[in-house]
Parts: sequence; structure tokens; C-alpha cells
Amino acid sequence: MVVQALKDQGVDVVFGYPGGAVLPIYDEIFQEAGIRHILVRHEQGAAHAAEGYARSTGKPGVVLVTSGPGATNTVTGITDALMDSIPLVVLTGQVPTFMIGSDAFQEADTVGITRACTKMNWLVKDTDRLAETIHEAFHVATNGRPGPVLVDIPKDVQFATGTYVAPQTADLGHYQPRVKGDTEMITRLVEAMETAERPVFYTGGGVINSGPRASQLLREFVAETGFPVTSTLMGLGAYPASGENWLGMLGMHGLYEANLAMHGCDLMINVGARFDDRITGRISDFSPHSRKAHIDIDPSSINKVVHTDFPVIGDIAHVLEEALRIWRARGSKTNREALGKWWAQIGEWRAVECLTFRNSDTAIKPQHAVQRLEALTRGHDRYVCTEVGQHQMWAAQFMGFDAPNRWMTSGGLGTMGYGVPASIGVQVAHPDALVINVAGEASWLMNMQEMGTAVQYRLPVKQFILNNERLGMVRQWQELLHGERYSHSWSEALPDFVKLAEAFGCKGIMVKDPKDLDDAIMEMIEYDGPVIFDCLVEKHENCFPMIPSGEPHNKMLLGDATTHDAIGSSGAVLV
Amino acid sequence: MSALKIEKGSSKHSAYDLRDPRAQAEERHTLAVLVDNEAGVLARVIGLFSGRGYNIESLTVAEVDHTGKRSRITIVTTGTPSVIEQIKAQLSRMVPVHDVMDLTVEGPAVERELALLKVAGTGDKRVEALRLADIFRANAVDSTLESFVFELTGTPEKIDAFAELMRPLGLIEVARTGVAAIARGSGHAVSQEASVSSSG
Repeated sequence: MVVQALKDQGVDVVFGYPGGAVLPIYDEIFQEAGIRHILVRHEQGAAHAAEGYARSTGKPGVVLVTSGPGATNTVTGITDALMDSIPLVVLTGQVPTFMIGSDAFQEADTVGITRACTKMNWLVKDTDRLAETIHEAFHVATNGRPGPVLVDIPKDVQFATGTYVAPQTADLGHYQPRVKGDTEMITRLVEAMETAERPVFYTGGGVINSGPRASQLLREFVAETGFPVTSTLMGLGAYPASGENWLGMLGMHGLYEANLAMHGCDLMINVGARFDDRITGRISDFSPHSRKAHIDIDPSSINKVVHTDFPVIGDIAHVLEEALRIWRARGSKTNREALGKWWAQIGEWRAVECLTFRNSDTAIKPQHAVQRLEALTRGHDRYVCTEVGQHQMWAAQFMGFDAPNRWMTSGGLGTMGYGVPASIGVQVAHPDALVINVAGEASWLMNMQEMGTAVQYRLPVKQFILNNERLGMVRQWQELLHGERYSHSWSEALPDFVKLAEAFGCKGIMVKDPKDLDDAIMEMIEYDGPVIFDCLVEKHENCFPMIPSGEPHNKMLLGDATTHDAIGSSGAVLV
Repeated sequence: MSALKIEKGSSKHSAYDLRDPRAQAEERHTLAVLVDNEAGVLARVIGLFSGRGYNIESLTVAEVDHTGKRSRITIVTTGTPSVIEQIKAQLSRMVPVHDVMDLTVEGPAVERELALLKVAGTGDKRVEALRLADIFRANAVDSTLESFVFELTGTPEKIDAFAELMRPLGLIEVARTGVAAIARGSGHAVSQEASVSSSG
């Protein structure tokens, strides 16, 4: 019945790991051909792989694990999905209903443990309710602000026969979030856009969650208004990095021009972002002279952190369509003269060239490695995942995404160990694409067991490891903020990654000379199979720009190679 | 340009801004929340309060519509105006929540709480306790030669006042239900309308 429900929901892939309490469902999978099951090596990997699958396809990711440790191992992945609004349906086995509460073998209070990290969860005690609950789970996961849901199914409920209910006739409960924005408020926002002197679009992961139509509408709106656009880490690709009005990513390690545009704007249009603390810096000094619009499907995001002058609750695609319609109907007006000055100001900030770094002939600079990776893979049908840390920020800064759903990273929770399984989930969904996980060696080790999954299913994921033998971001904070006391932030006894690759049955490449870098990257791309790429980089490189926490956007730290002198007089006032 | 210099070893900043920006005055609000009467729903609502650091002064819950399987949770909470708004928004978006009413701002409302108070004593104190109970319209629902159990219904303030008066007269135990509240007038919760009338 579970497999039938999944098939009726259009599920083609399940990421899972069997165990005693889910054996009846695994038996169904064995006998049914319609669903592909990917056997991971650890249940956390199943959850992240499903996230990668979901993020790169726009469809919900499905996880199937057993009770007790199977369920608890997914908790990090589920929490990650909750923070980044990724739709996941997690099915967990449970001990038989009559044994619940008896501390049975592999029993855990799964719905209790996951209540805080799911959008909704259910314990199904009656087989007649099983199909309907699974359908409701898909409905809740994918409607409104997407998120993870969990259905806990006791073993006796799996064994018993019951009445199957098809999705079309199932009672999906009353959950029906509003998708259309308030026309009056949208009109007020359009009026503000017509007169704004220094506007900026601040876009986030919500644009990508809303679907390709939202990205398309955003592009039209930006092109027609001529407004500058910046994006959070989660929103990269919604507006193309090659687009004319692109300022680059904003936030703690965002670009100088993006952050100063946010600080100096007079109208901020937040489209599907949530004023995260890595974005805002010190709240009291956040963009002090702007009126702020916030378009979000989740009412609780509005006014949570930053007061909003134009709150619009609704789905991004619906709201952008309506706003664009109203703006065009009113004559497609903008304050062109002021916009020209605003772009001139932005041009001065751009001239700082905040991403400049001192390259080296003797050691591979991590920024250089990412730049070369970008240059050599740009034309490919490419998907990029990351782990969490300096390499993640360098990938966000130096790689360009021209389409949504091409960039998979752990933003809200910041989960080290996300990238390896996520890249596997992406490759399962896009078997012929070039899937790269840009990683640090420390993060990468956290879920490296999933290379076994990649080899088993012949998934040619490329693990691009920037190996500085340090927990680079921790080390950076310790250098700048903790008196250079490097407490436990270096990796000793690292494995030989080439031998490790051979042990897994995939290819290993090690490079340490900048002269060999391009050839090595080409070798990685051309190899037909999974690759572990060990790129030995400069050990003490810091990631700039950087806004220290608790500081406003105009108190950025820049690397010492940038052209400070290029800051014009008006820019200097803000600095 | 000095702002751009990296100060090595500065401990001025932490990984988070440690200053609390929410330095507004706190308010007390009574919220009525209509939810599906299903396992785990109360835990989910309470988990929201503990997980996000909101206050609960009092909480009552009971099924109010057997046919529609709805329960009504009455929560008295305190917080700054922005926190109260967040609480309402966070409650409203929960899947099993049908309706959230802020009885403090949606016009006048009636708030009532029931308390049972055990007062032990003899002689003058015992007579005085009974006399005060009469003034407060508290009923004696149990009596021995050296104790009373009083039942009192009223606003939380009235119960506080009665308990204070009983303290020197031998108050030894108190049980309170927490607040139940409802709006005055003919207005009512939208989603309760259908289920109450359909259940006849």
C-alpha cells in the first residue's frame, strides 16, 4: 500500500536503508518494479541525498528508513530541509503498535523527536488511514512554504491489509495556504518602485522554491525596470550571474557592491528571502534609509526580524506576475534619472573589485582553484553542491549560476557533510549531467561513506576537495576574533585521498602545483565515473569580503589585495 | 579607511550579535487557538513556545466540538508587541491549527478561571475564612472540622486577591485551571461556526 501511494504521488526514486521495522515495505519494493531504491550507507546520507534530489528537480525527495537509529540518524537532514524549505517526505518504520512505549528493540519516540524539525509529522496506527496520511504528507510538504514531513508507520500497520485511497479522493485536511498576494499592497509597492531613487531587488531561495516561472518573471521584472539585483546564498541562479543587473551575492561573505547597495538603498524589495542574520548584520543599522517590501508565502517571516513597509503574503510567481501586470498597466514607469546616478554609485563600489586575491605560482590559492573550476566547467550541463565553510563561500563568490535549481548548499543549518550525499541525490535525478561537490576536506570526511553509494550506482559525481588541512572558517574566526588561538581547528592524520578513492573503487586525483591544476580538472571532468579530487591549497587563506557579526553592511572587511583607493568620495562616506 | 583594516585578535565580535535588539515593553495577551483534536497537536503548540523562547503564563485545553474533532487552547502569554505578532503568525501557519484569535485586541472578552483552595484552621480564623468566602462568592465544596475546600470562579486577579486573603488564615494548597476566555458579543471564531452548527 505504501509503494502504491508513492507511485500515485509520482515518486520514481526513494533513498533509504532497510531494517527490522520496515521490512514489509522493503518486501513490497522488491516485488514492485515502478520505484527505484537507492541504498545509502548512512541514514543521514539518505536525507541529504533526497534534499539534493528535491532541490535540483523541484519535486519532493523521499526517504525510507527503519525505526530507532534509522529514524534518529535522519534528524540532521530533516532539520536542514526545514531551515532551507526543502520538501521531503520521510517514511520511518516503527515497532508494532502494541509494543510502543515498552522500550522495545530499536524503538524511539520518532514523532516526538522530529516534532520540532518537521513541518508536520504523523504516527499512523490504523492501516485504513495509511494511504490517506501519505497523500496528506505530500500535500503538506509541497504546498505553502515547502518543508520536511515524516510519517511513522508501525510494523503491524505495514503487515495488515486495509482500504487503499487514491490521491484524488483522499481527504488532505484543511491545510491550504494562501498563494495570491493582496492587490492593494502590491499596487502600493509598484507605486514605490515608480519613484524609487535607489532601489534594489534582494532575492532568496523562495524564488527557486516557487518554480521556474518565478525565476522567469523576476528576470523580466529586473530587465524592464533596470533595477539592480542581489541574492542570498539560497537564491543563486534565480537571476542569472551573467545578467546585466547582477550585483553578486550579499551577506556576511557577499560582494562589496551588493552589501553597500543594500545599505544605501531607499527601496528594498525582498523576494522570497527571510532577513537571516548572516544577511542583515546588526539589525539596528541594517539598511537604515530604505523602505522595505517583503514578498513571502510564510506570514511568520514577515516582520520576524526586520519591520516591513510593504508586506505581501503569497507565492512568489503569483505576486511577481501581478506586480508586473500592474506596473506595466500603469505605464512601466521608473525614476530613470535617479537610477542612472544609483548605477554610477554602484559602479564605484564595483571598482573596488572586492574578490581580488593575491595569486601564487608556488601554492594553489583556493579562490584560484574555484575560478579555474568555474572556467573549465561553465559550458557543461552542470550542477554544483557544497559542504559548509570557506570553500562554500568561495564557490558562491566565484561560480556563476545562470539557471535555478543548479546550486545545492546547506544555507540555514550550515550542515557539514551535506555535499557528498546531496551530489549523489542530484546525480540520480540528472544521470548525464556534470555534478560537482565543492568541498573542504573536513566537511567531506563527515559523510564520505556515501562514496560507496556513488560507486554502487555508477553515479559519476566529482568530489572537488579544497584541502587546506584546516577547519578553514573556524581557523579564520580564531585568527581574526580569538587572538590567533587555533583551538582544535586543524586536521591531523588525514587520509591519502587518492588511495581512499582507489579503496572505494573510484578515481583519485591529487594536485598541488598551480601549473598542473587545469590539466587535473580536465582529467576529472573527462573521467567517466566518480572522482575524488584532492586539491592541496594554501593553508592560511582567509575568505573576504567579510562582515563581522554584529556589524552593519558598511563595516566590511576586505582582503588586502583589493583596490581600496577606487572607493569614491560618496562611497567613503558610507565606509 | 581604517574601518577596512583587519584587526587581528580582536574579541570585539562573536559569531553572533550578542546584543538583544528587543528592548520593548512587554504586554500580556490572551490567545484562543482552535486545533484538530489529534495526538501530538498540544505538544507541537507547546514545543513552539519552548523552542522559540516564548512565555506561557497559563494554558488550558479541552475538546470543544466532538463531531468536528476540534479542541480549543487558551494561552495567556507575555511578550513585546513584535513577539506577540510572531507568536500569532507562528501558530497560524501550523498545519493542525484552524484559527488563532487574539482576545486582547479583538474587542472585549470574558476571562474566567476556576480555583480550588484548601484552608485549614480553627476558631476565629476559620470563621473569618468563611466570611471572606461569602464576600467573594466562593463555595465550600468540602468541609472537615479543621478545614474547608473553597471553589471560586473569576478573573485571575480575583483569585489572586482571594488567595492572598486566605494565606494568613491557613491556606495550605491551591489548584487552578488556568484561563478560559471568549469574546463578548455575537462574533465568534470562523472555523468553529461550521463545525458547531453542523454538530447541531
